[in-house]
Amino acid sequence: MKLGILINEGPYQHQASDTALQYVKAALKKGHEIYRVFFYNDGVNNATRLATPPQDDRNITKEWASLAKDHGIDLVVCVAAAQRRGILDKGEAERNGKDSDNIEDGFRISGLGQLVEAGIQADRLITFGD
Amino acid sequence: MNMLHTINKSPFENSTMSSCIAMCSQDSSILFIEDGVISVMKSTKFSELIENALKEFKMYVLKPDLEARGLSLNNVIEGVEIVGYDEFVDLTTEHKTVQSWL
Repeated sequence: MKLGILINEGPYQHQASDTALQYVKAALKKGHEIYRVFFYNDGVNNATRLATPPQDDRNITKEWASLAKDHGIDLVVCVAAAQRRGILDKGEAERNGKDSDNIEDGFRISGLGQLVEAGIQADRLITFGD
Repeated sequence: MNMLHTINKSPFENSTMSSCIAMCSQDSSILFIEDGVISVMKSTKFSELIENALKEFKMYVLKPDLEARGLSLNNVIEGVEIVGYDEFVDLTTEHKTVQSWL
């Protein structure tokens, strides 16, 4: 089955991103396809490669990035939510005159249309948030 | 409608659980995750609500989230099924839609 995932909460805030990660891993193991993971509201904070959690703690951003790499998952960050929270790719940094970008490899910035599309194309859309 | 409801908040924190049970239609199921798992503990002021609702809906609770909170599996109200992430995935695919109460 094709599954769409919506994440509305940042990493280390409560538990939504951890639950979503475990859910996605279990779904992949069962042979389901993850159509897209859409990061919205504070969920966009999952996409910064500059986060440096302690070495003995999980690195949620890296876990998403490596899942995306291994399984070809489309990780999409909402552009308007990202701009408000300082999550930028190279193009957005240049367009807004910022001195750097911070998005992790495997994530891409796009619009809400991508969430609507996931809702239409996926068989289920499952929301994780706070 | 055949819907899976997920509840991730403690009933002591807000009224999500009570609202969900009031709104749920008969062939729905409820899965308790994260802080929501406390809802299905025996001998709380919410136990009776859960026990009555069990006559109408199937209820499930996520085992890793019970364990993460040090809650004993023996204290889960009888009739509530204890599941892992694999069954969480099955529940989302077996139901027509998923409503996450946040």
